[in-house]
Amino acid sequence: MSTPHKVVIGLEVHVQLDTRTKLFCSCSTQFGAPPNTQTCPLCIGMPGTLPVMNRRALELGMKAALALNCEIPRFTKWDRKNYYYPDLPKGYQISQFDLPMSCDGYLPISDAKGRFEPKRVGIIRAHLEEDAGKSMHAEAAGKADSRIDLNRCGTPLLEIVSEPDMRSAEEAKAFLTELKLLLVYLGVSDCNMQEGSLRVDANINLHVDTSEGTKATPIVEVKNMNSFRAVERALAYEIVRQTEAWEETHTELGGPGGFKTTRGWDESAQVTRPQRTKEESSDYRYFPEPDLVPVTVTEDQIEQSRQSLGELPAALRTRLEATYEITPYDSDVLVNQGRALVDYYIELAEACGDGKQAANWVQQDVLRTLNERQIPVEQFPVSAAALAPLLEKVRCGKLDANRGREVLAGMVELGRGLEDVMREMGIAEVDDSALETLCRELLEANPKIVADLKAGKQKAVGGLIGQAKKQNPNVNPGKVRQLCLELVEKM
Amino acid sequence: MSLIESTATELLGQLQSGRTTAVEIAAACLKQIDRHDAKIKAFLRVDRDGALARAAEIDARRKAGKPVGRLGGLPVAVKDLLCTKGQRTTCGSRMLENFRPPYDATVIAKLRAADAVLIGRTNMDEFAMGGSNENSAFGLTHNPWDLTRIPGGSSGGAAASLAASMVPLSVGSDTGGSVRQPAGFCGVLGMKPTYGRVSRYGLVAFASSLDQIGPLGRSAEDIALLLEVIAGGDPLDSTSVDRPVPKYTESIARPLENLRIGLVREHFGEGLDAEVEAAVREATRVYQSLGATVSELSMPHGKYAVATYYIIAPCEASSNLARYDGAHYGHRTDEKAMAVELAAQRKALQQTGDSRKLEALDNPLIRMYRRTRAEGFGAEVKRRIMIGTYALSAGYYDAYYLKALKVRRLIRQDYDRAFEQVDLIAGPVAPTPAFEIGEKVDDPLAMYLLDLYTASANLAGIAGMSIPCGLSTGGLPIGLQLQAPPFEEERLLRAAHMFQQATDWHTRRPELS
Repeated sequence: MSTPHKVVIGLEVHVQLDTRTKLFCSCSTQFGAPPNTQTCPLCIGMPGTLPVMNRRALELGMKAALALNCEIPRFTKWDRKNYYYPDLPKGYQISQFDLPMSCDGYLPISDAKGRFEPKRVGIIRAHLEEDAGKSMHAEAAGKADSRIDLNRCGTPLLEIVSEPDMRSAEEAKAFLTELKLLLVYLGVSDCNMQEGSLRVDANINLHVDTSEGTKATPIVEVKNMNSFRAVERALAYEIVRQTEAWEETHTELGGPGGFKTTRGWDESAQVTRPQRTKEESSDYRYFPEPDLVPVTVTEDQIEQSRQSLGELPAALRTRLEATYEITPYDSDVLVNQGRALVDYYIELAEACGDGKQAANWVQQDVLRTLNERQIPVEQFPVSAAALAPLLEKVRCGKLDANRGREVLAGMVELGRGLEDVMREMGIAEVDDSALETLCRELLEANPKIVADLKAGKQKAVGGLIGQAKKQNPNVNPGKVRQLCLELVEKM
Repeated sequence: MSLIESTATELLGQLQSGRTTAVEIAAACLKQIDRHDAKIKAFLRVDRDGALARAAEIDARRKAGKPVGRLGGLPVAVKDLLCTKGQRTTCGSRMLENFRPPYDATVIAKLRAADAVLIGRTNMDEFAMGGSNENSAFGLTHNPWDLTRIPGGSSGGAAASLAASMVPLSVGSDTGGSVRQPAGFCGVLGMKPTYGRVSRYGLVAFASSLDQIGPLGRSAEDIALLLEVIAGGDPLDSTSVDRPVPKYTESIARPLENLRIGLVREHFGEGLDAEVEAAVREATRVYQSLGATVSELSMPHGKYAVATYYIIAPCEASSNLARYDGAHYGHRTDEKAMAVELAAQRKALQQTGDSRKLEALDNPLIRMYRRTRAEGFGAEVKRRIMIGTYALSAGYYDAYYLKALKVRRLIRQDYDRAFEQVDLIAGPVAPTPAFEIGEKVDDPLAMYLLDLYTASANLAGIAGMSIPCGLSTGGLPIGLQLQAPPFEEERLLRAAHMFQQATDWHTRRPELS
């Protein structure tokens, strides 16, 4: 039993924008180059150098903001966020403070399994800023040694700040999943968490119902979460930890000892741990960046950007459900795999004429092969046009589903067409009169089974199916069962 | 007239007609530097071999009938804050004592392309913070008119090098008067162009929204020549303005007709030296005699210019100078000594058992930052970093920085209104002639008040210029400041030229012993 409470979660997501060059210079943003090879006097902060804005970053940021239903102010500017750290060579980060490029949006989230009610998560703002470099701390033989790689320094980031609208770890994960999907669909970012293209910080606390009204527990900022799963687990952990802490201490946000703290997720121990925080909160001394001119955005630019968004995941799901009569769960699985898989599915559904069947085959057989082979759908050896006739045969009973799977596996393996593979595997369609002849022969040869069937023991038909498959492996067991039962009825 | 006494324009004529060569001019300048710079110390470094080689190369090109750039082999001195590829660029600071940028400032690139002979680097107040050159980490520069006096600053070396006839042209930078004021104190001309007229790329930043590179010379024509070379929009500087650069040298001889000159009432109040006032008023009478009308006007917010400037400039400086932390380039403290010091402090605290102090002891990174910056920066730079850091801090931002921005807009509005009534504003450059070395070193406020008449132009982003207009009874130069609306440098130059046709103050040179 636990105190009644409401969980309050807000997320801050940093996304690397998929530009060819950095935000304020022409260095490459390619991941994985040897340390400090993608730098220039500007991104290592040498005196006299001046930033020049990469227009492409603004365009990508605007696309993301529009897809998040944000307002785009006509006037936006750059600010300096001042702090000292060796991976920040200028001693300040160029960011956006009081006039961000977008604000006041939302992202709808829902759960196909219905674990929470569909809702809109508010977006406070999405703004552009430059990334810092990477510090690598290696402690060798009692001597603290740090190395700095400035390749990442100046890479464009979009910082997306949500309202504290999420009420569970599942909702937070759903928000991140949907956000990532949206950004990938837009081509704004590859959102690769391993390469740091997407980074998440979470703010979480509890609103506890007490006899004296609702009390808030101290806000905790959780960092160092390297996957969405980690976010979900870290938040679930925090909910338990904060509940217990409340019950023990009743420490309130803003009360004695109730200040905001930062905790890091320890993946191996599956716990959050306090991170060293300074007593006073940092003062970044923001002020307008005098080396850059403010940016004006025209109605035309916004309209152009809006036109370029394309069909977004939420709309795509709705369309698939309406057009192909598949369930929200199916559309969710398909859309979450990315646009290329959806296109494959649509082609298959159109060609075979059964959206539900197509959805099943894509989700089970096609996806399994893609996962096993670690390939994108573009490299799947069987085209939708080639797969469609196989589904047709299965649907009208010319091929049993399991046999059909074997055929697909053969097509994948051999990289050849349906007819070819069936011939190769010795699979021939059994025509209806041949099947009837076979069934009659079997009934004649097995009077005991016939007697059992007449006595209502339907299970007995299994023996006939087994014998039928032995005589002709291509027979459809369902059809054998149906036909035998019909024939016995008439006897 | 000897080579060193000639103006750049005269020398260019002689070069083009073959009466002299770039090597001869460079040699004459180097000789003058050799003779006098030990006392004046206008230069931090002189590139003797480089200058002569470059001059010879340009001469050869001219002799072969091949194209030669706009500056055709004229020596140019450069304030030591314009990044020059592979060469030391110190900004007058220990912090950058051995800094060699791997790139050229846009202005340096333009000078090279125009076939300037880059003869040496002039002294300056550290990071361009100061008005006397007393803040240079590398020693004082002396005023050629009186070696016991300061040359002004922060482009003190630039102005002194011209007054001492060591070079015909010099490039400086002006954040609150740093070109105009030393030009006035040294009896030469100096211009602060409109903000955005000249690219700041490669100028080591002091206060980004105020800094502007400007030409210094000994005649209005020379300023026109140099400005024509260095001005223009630059894709590398987002705050530069991409508009055509007028042919200043072609229009300069055309007198301005029906010229309306305004005198700012508030400029002639308390604190203005009587001799300076007399010289400035006399200069306006010269203009009247040339057909100009002179009227008084009010700039009510001008009295806040110094206070506004000394908020905005330090705020920007505190951020611009954060990069000098020893981590990536420039001065870094002796790490071994630092480690020893830190270990000793830790041990001492452990022995006394003062856990609170032990907890608060710097980690090595913070200690490296602190020592590096304590050693690398001079007192005035530290003072401004502290003022700026304070003024930008949470809780003070609105009261200082934001308010300063508002006043800045009001000052610009004062100018906009004034320029509806007049074409140019005339007035003093500084309240007094050059003062004695050491006179104000202990009084930063008195030093800041020197910017009273010049800082407004930087805050408003307009163009301003200093022209010699007299000598005090003590034989010190007095400067006349002309100010014009944004991008009206041509108007300034034509007005300066008119004045020089009627007077000879710009031809006066100090007697060098």
